[in-house]
Amino acid sequence: MHDLVQYIQSYLSSDKTPGAAGNIFWAVVYVLLVFVGLSIAVIAMNWLERKILAHMQVRLGPMRVGPHGLLQPIADALKLLLKEDIIPDEADKVVFWIAPFIVVLAAFTVFVVVPFGPTHAITDMNIGILFMLGVSSLSVLGIVTAGWASNSHYPLIGALRSSAQMVSYEVAMGLAVVSAIMMTSLNESSTGTLSMIGIVQSQLEQHQWFLFKFFPLGIVAFTIFAIAMVAETNRAPFDLPEAESELTAGFHTEYSGFRWSLFFLAEYSAMIAVSSIAVTLWLGGWLRPFPNALNGPTWDLAFSLIPGLTFLFLAGMCFYSTVRMPKHPLFRIQTMGLAGFGALLAAIGLVLFIPAVRVRVGDIFWFSAKVAGFMYLYIWYRGTFPRYRFDQLMKVGWKVLLPIGLALLIVTAAVGMRTELWAQVQGVFQR
Amino acid sequence: MNPTIAANPPVATPFFFYGLAAVMVIGGVLVITRKNAVHSALALITTLLAQAALYLMLYAPFVAGVQIILYAGGIMVLFLFVIMLISIERASRERQFNKQWLVGIAAAAALGGLLIAVYTTTSRGRMMFAEGRTSYVESQNTQAVASFLFDRSAGMYMFSFEIASLLLLVAIIGAVVMAKKRI
Amino acid sequence: MLHISTLHYLVLGAALFLLGVIGVLTRRNVVIVLMSIELILNAVNLNLVAFSRYWQSIHGPNALHGQIFAIFVITDAAAEAAVGLGILIAFFRNKETVNVDEVNLLKW
Repeated sequence: MHDLVQYIQSYLSSDKTPGAAGNIFWAVVYVLLVFVGLSIAVIAMNWLERKILAHMQVRLGPMRVGPHGLLQPIADALKLLLKEDIIPDEADKVVFWIAPFIVVLAAFTVFVVVPFGPTHAITDMNIGILFMLGVSSLSVLGIVTAGWASNSHYPLIGALRSSAQMVSYEVAMGLAVVSAIMMTSLNESSTGTLSMIGIVQSQLEQHQWFLFKFFPLGIVAFTIFAIAMVAETNRAPFDLPEAESELTAGFHTEYSGFRWSLFFLAEYSAMIAVSSIAVTLWLGGWLRPFPNALNGPTWDLAFSLIPGLTFLFLAGMCFYSTVRMPKHPLFRIQTMGLAGFGALLAAIGLVLFIPAVRVRVGDIFWFSAKVAGFMYLYIWYRGTFPRYRFDQLMKVGWKVLLPIGLALLIVTAAVGMRTELWAQVQGVFQR
Repeated sequence: MNPTIAANPPVATPFFFYGLAAVMVIGGVLVITRKNAVHSALALITTLLAQAALYLMLYAPFVAGVQIILYAGGIMVLFLFVIMLISIERASRERQFNKQWLVGIAAAAALGGLLIAVYTTTSRGRMMFAEGRTSYVESQNTQAVASFLFDRSAGMYMFSFEIASLLLLVAIIGAVVMAKKRI
Repeated sequence: MLHISTLHYLVLGAALFLLGVIGVLTRRNVVIVLMSIELILNAVNLNLVAFSRYWQSIHGPNALHGQIFAIFVITDAAAEAAVGLGILIAFFRNKETVNVDEVNLLKW
């Protein structure tokens, strides 16, 4: 037992990710942690989406299944698992069966390089961001084969539209990403890097999030990426191919039960993945606010108390709603359930105050908080914007985002190399 | 970032190599034998992804990334689109193989025999067994590729890079002209 | 057999090349012929990258000529696949068939 604790402690003080250190055991542990974390995040996203959309539309959302609908996602998951598995008669059975797995594979493999901290990634590939963009483009294949295999008109049209949209917005995403990568090469010490951990560390060294670098250019690049990532994941306002009122749910019309839940899982995982790209490239990844300007042990202590305080605040909100529950005997179980949930959140908050945990969990907390902000943005867009028509959607992708992305790339390169360019220009005029 | 010197390659390498090689060969056989073009396309995607993994084993991560993005995520999507736009229902019921399939296989067998002869009998081929392993740098691969392509002092492929972009422009124009209904 | 040398990669590349050649020579469906051509190009790429690692072991860790060549071949394959599929669509619009045998307008 003591050896086990020592092994864990000796690992926790290493300075490399498990992939770089060649440590298979810890790599597998990290993979399982990411898997479990993603599942919990998708379940939480399901509940949050329904509640937040409901509150934006001045209604309450699910309130019955658990206290304030907290058990609704579990009820949905049970229903989907127990539903009858219907396959269309003329459908191509092999391809029909493989298609959801391709999409899930593409959505989950991306998380191999997502950095939750300076050593908290499964591995740190030299081509991190290139790998993420490439593997997330494999989900287009799954969607096209899903629409084809259903052997029916609406899924085929929905699949072709959805894949055309995803391919178009990948170009704009790529240009925005390249202009952010160019900013990593402005370190005094090293060359630029494509590795995700290297990008965040170059933001740390340059004392500035890339969002604020070269004042409007970082924000324009971030805006292009934020719009393109919503279109890439087929979410509102770009969800024409899969909206219920348009094409009868597009490419996943013929999928029911467990297979549909795989598509749903893949969609939310893809949302979290592209939000992780945006957070890493522009918002400083796992860095707490002002890591260089406000450094020193007291500021570190103050910022490291924030995770625990956040969970205590959430527990406080739970207890407040418990007090305001209706005082009817039929509501007794729900009230006790809500109080129990509040107690669980408070316990997690108190655990996050222990110094040994506090020091290590800060990076993961700040990264997750920023990604959670992006998830709220997704839900906010869905509740606010009307849907784009398909030709308007393609027009925005090719005629608006692509030229702005190209211009941004050229201007960012010129501004980044301004001293060398100015020296060249002066050299020409001196001759 | 210091270059990592791999003194011993990881012990699982033969396992991964033979596994990936088996996936690639089985995928290749499926590509050339399936009636349904969509099945062939899916088998080709599997082959391409296994090849990307083999590139990672050969310490070429940038080529692996390019393979995943361009080949598996670009060219195969193009193939799947075209397969779905031209209906292949009737084609999967017709005869699949040529009248000269026997000659084709004989020619391929002759080529295979030639390659095996080169690899096993010539002195150069037998030299390929041994190789001096010095250092495999993976953490600087992208930077090295970039210096080959763009660096003013060491880069010798800048001209090819510009020609490749011109080639892509010509291919875009050509594809649009060929596929339009009315020029 | 246990030490994976360059020869292993070359033999695998040769096997894929042969599969691609058989596909090009024996199949009637144009799309599958084009996919076999992609198989051939991939086999060549595998050879190039395997030789690049061999070259690195002789000429130092920065001798990446094979990898650069492989990147250019991948770019080339993309361009050629696009144009080939464009030609296929144009032909299909005229003749309604995807069989290579029936592309015989110039036959006497």
